[in-house]
Parts: sequence; structure tokens; C-alpha cells
Amino acid sequence: MIDEPPARVRIQHQDKARRTRLDMTDEIDSQTALGEALVDSLIRAQFRLAIVIVLIVALTLGALPMAFRFVPSVAEAHIAGIPLPWLLLGFLAYPLLLVLGWYFVVHAERNEATFIDLLDQS
Amino acid sequence: MNVAAGVTAVVAVSLATLVIGAFGLRVSRTTSDFYVASRSVRPLVNASAISGEYLSAASFLGVAGLVLAHGVDALWFPVGWTAGYLILLVFVAAPLRRSGAYTLADFAQLRLESRSARLVASSLVVVIGVLYLLPQFQGAGLTLRTLVGAPTWVGGAVVALVVSTIVLSGGMRSITIVQAFQYWLKFTMLLLPIFLFLHHWRGDGSPHVSHVHLSDWVEPLNGPHAMYLTYSLILATFLGTMGLPHVVVRFYTNTDGRAARRTTLGVLGLLGLFYLLPTLYGVLGRIYAYDLVRTGRTDSVVLALPASMLHGATADLGAALLGAGAFAAFLSTSSGLVVSIAGVISQDLLAGRVIGVRAFRWATGLAVAVTLVLAVATSGLPVARAVELAFAVAASTFFPLLLLGIWWKGLTPPGAIAGLVVGGGLSASAVIATLAGYTGTGWGGALIAQPAAWTVPAALLTMIAVSLATPRQRPPNVVRTMVRLHAPEHVDVDRGSYDPESSR
Repeated sequence: MIDEPPARVRIQHQDKARRTRLDMTDEIDSQTALGEALVDSLIRAQFRLAIVIVLIVALTLGALPMAFRFVPSVAEAHIAGIPLPWLLLGFLAYPLLLVLGWYFVVHAERNEATFIDLLDQS
Repeated sequence: MNVAAGVTAVVAVSLATLVIGAFGLRVSRTTSDFYVASRSVRPLVNASAISGEYLSAASFLGVAGLVLAHGVDALWFPVGWTAGYLILLVFVAAPLRRSGAYTLADFAQLRLESRSARLVASSLVVVIGVLYLLPQFQGAGLTLRTLVGAPTWVGGAVVALVVSTIVLSGGMRSITIVQAFQYWLKFTMLLLPIFLFLHHWRGDGSPHVSHVHLSDWVEPLNGPHAMYLTYSLILATFLGTMGLPHVVVRFYTNTDGRAARRTTLGVLGLLGLFYLLPTLYGVLGRIYAYDLVRTGRTDSVVLALPASMLHGATADLGAALLGAGAFAAFLSTSSGLVVSIAGVISQDLLAGRVIGVRAFRWATGLAVAVTLVLAVATSGLPVARAVELAFAVAASTFFPLLLLGIWWKGLTPPGAIAGLVVGGGLSASAVIATLAGYTGTGWGGALIAQPAAWTVPAALLTMIAVSLATPRQRPPNVVRTMVRLHAPEHVDVDRGSYDPESSR
């Protein structure tokens, strides 16, 4: 299903900034060491960001069963008459997930902007 | 309960779904329209559609039932089903959209450039899809039994009929609109009766749960192997969401990778909002419908509450609203699943015999009929548990495939296939044992009941080990594929020539 890509026709622009950007995308297209390193830097940045989010989830939500088992005061605490485990799992988990998702979206877009800046400046 | 109110509710939801679905009839003419709504859906509509499709019988009925039966430990189900979207967001959302794949099978072919990997992925899509579809049909049977006293097979048959009609007439375009509508319908139907219940509960002197019952329901980690079971459930739900066939197909309807991320963020918000409600139903059930625990019919707590708490016309109104919402849940999830399963069957398994839209129609009939027979043949497992088994298989197969495929150039076709076979084989065996009624005691029983904690690492390690052993078999275009998956769309780079629309 993956055929050889058709020959690409490229229109040269006079604008210098634009031309350097084309040069960098050429590096990527022809899979030079520099082109591959550029793409790898983007992939690594996004992967690091993803791992940070996963670690935060693991250390908060993921640590709850351990906390319930080994810190009895967490399992038995009440806030406003509601047992703490019910409050954490029945309500607070959802805003936490939403905030983490929002943080990820903002920073993932920032990583992409950095990648595009790299293409422009190199 | 008033039979007329129940029948009216179910008929109204089915008709509304069909009418909205009919809007899509004129626009879905070509096969690609049929599958993915021509990629013209905006993030908020798409987030509603994804949530509408995702909130199944397990969410609408099953969570409240499990909370009623098992207390706080059951809250991990809805938390996991929401957190699954966060994991999907950070590892999969944008790259999957950028891949241009319609289905998980398309993704396998794009990344691995292997026809065999595609076929293994297709078979797993069918297995996971049918496992997920089964509890929907059973939930429908349970609902009609509770509402109007019909035999259990009737509900499944009604859902099968309505879903086939929608899918065959409208395809995905209509389904996107239908699904977005279904989210808000389900949310409203679950929210409104809560006001009636809380009003009654206050009038009743606000009885506390502890009057009725025991500390092991209020406190976490009960029963033998609770720690293992909880973590295994967390793994299955957090990692399995990305491997559900009807979820993945929705990402193609985003305009680009960025929109896919924003859509997923919307889903996190909508699911969090919805899942506040089933917990309340479970707690109220513990106070007012405790006899369901004794009779083992906890799955019907949402539908039974109106009759237990209210009287006369308000009870009928509450039951009608909830019956309608439950039916909306079966219809939306089932139609999304049927579209995905039928897509894969018609493309890969019927290929060569029948083609195009005709193959899709044949496949739809086949998928629905097989599931209906299985639904009648098996039963007895709580709805939310049955759905969670599909998550365990998805987490043990497509999670490692997507994670390694998107982030590691070293994944090779033999590695991927070996991992899919090991993860799929182990988890599916455990699931089949559970569905067949096996309930072991001790560690063996726990490992079979919640297999994800050992089958996910097994699949992941197999994929990595076999890939490392076969470095020469890396797909020739893997570097270009990585560019395609990760470079933002507006960067003008060569993304390779793979086009799922042309391979169709």
C-alpha cells in the first residue's frame, strides 16, 4: 500500500526566511542526519511531556489504593460528613484529570511551536 | 410500574434516534462518507459524539449497580474510564489523527507496512468489538424486563433492529450527529430524576447510609486480593480506552492533530460531568433499594429507584426518563461498535467477495446477528464487569501496539504480531473463562478475573523483545512515517503516500 512517493515539484520563493525554512524541510524530506535529528527532538519533547503527565497520574490517583491501605487516617477521614475516599474517587479525580489534560494540550502545542521555530531559524 | 410509560419512553428514544439519523441519509453517498463523516465535524460536537458513543450500558446502569453492591471500590470503574482518555490524549490523540488511519487495522498497516499485521489487528478489532457489544444487548434486555416485564431477549432484538437501521441507512455522518445528541440526552435523563430523588430524600429526614449498612461498603479495598484487583482494573481501564475500535475511528473526524487534542480535552470534561451522577444513584440505592443486593439484581438499580422512592405519576415519569436514557446508551454505543466492526469485516475479511457499500451492509448484518445469538447464550455477569473485560483485551493488545508504534522506530512487524498474539491470546482466554462462568478461588481466581496486570506487561515485553531480535525487519519507510505522525499539519514536509481512502 505504501508506494514510492511521486516526484515533488517545489516553487522557489524570493523571501529569504521562507527559503531557509524550505531548506530545513528538505533535510527532513531527504532523511539526512540533521532532518532526522530535528524530528527526533520533537518526538522526544512530546514523549517527555507525556511521561510527566503519566507520572503525575501515577503519583496521585495511582497512589490512592496504597494510601487507603497503609495510611488508615486517609481511608477513615471525613470531610463535611463525606468519607474522604468517596470524595476523592467520586468527585475530585475528575477535575484533576481535566486540569492535567489542559496542561498537556497547552505544552504539546508549545513543543510544536518550538519545532517550527527550529525549522525557521536553523 | 406503569407499562405504558416504559413503552412510550423506549419508542420515543428509538424514533428520535432514527429521525436524526435520517438527516444523514442524503449526504452519505460514497464509502468514505459512510465511514467517517468526511472529516467535517467541529471539536465540541465531536467531543459530545465521542462521549455519547462511549457512555454505554455499563456507565448508565452498571456503575450505579456496582456502587450499590461493592461501595467505594466500584468508583474505580468510572474514574478509569475517564482517565483512559487522558492516557489516550498524551500518547495517541494527535499522532493517530495525523496518521490518517480510519481504523486500528489501518494504523497497523501504515506503521508496520505489513499485510499480516493488518489482519491480526482486524481480527482483534472484531473480538474486542463483539465483547463490548454483548453487554449492550444484555443491558437492553434487562431494561425492557424491568420496565415492561418483557423476556430478556426482546431488548437485545429491539436494539439490534434499530442499530442496523441507523447504520445501514445513514452511516457515520448521521451517527456523529446522533451520538452528540445522545450524550446530552443521557446526561439530562440521569440528571432530572436526581432532583426528584433528592427532594424525597430530604422530606424523608435525609437518612444516612450508615443506618442501613456496614463499614466494608464505605471503606476501600475490601475482599481478598483487593489490592491486586484494584491495580489490575486501573491498568485495564486507563490503558484499554485507546484500543477500543469505536473510539479510535472518531479521531479521524477531527480536522487535524491539534483539533484531536482539543476534542479529547472536551471528552475529559464531559465524562467527568456525567460520572458524578451514577455514584449518587448507587448511594441512594443502598438506602432505598437494598433488596436488590440480596436478589443479585443490582444492575437494575437505576431503573428500580423511581418505584422504590417515589409514588404515582412522579414514579412513572422518573422510570420513563431513565428507561429512555438507558436505551439511548445501548443505541449509541452499539451503533458505533457495529460501524467499526462492520468496517473491518467488510474491508479485510469479506475482501474480494463483496465490495464497497454492499460489503459494509453484509458485514453489519453479520456482526449484529452473531452478537445477538451470543447475548442470548451468555449472561449473568454484571454489565460493567463484562465491559471491563473488553478493556482488558484492548489494553493487552492495542495499547502496546499504539504506544510502541507511535513512539519507537524500533517496532517491527514480527514484534508487533507476536505481542498482539501473546497479549490477545492470554487476555482473551481469561475473559472467555470468566464469561463461561469460571470463578476460581485464591490467587488463580484473581489473576483470571482481572488479567490486565499480567497480560499487559507480557504483551509489551514480547513486542519489545521480538522487535529487538528482528532489527532487519524494520519497515522501510518508518522514518517518514514518524514525520507523518508527529509533524504539525501545516509544516510542508513529505509524509509518505499512504492514503486509506485509496486502499479502500
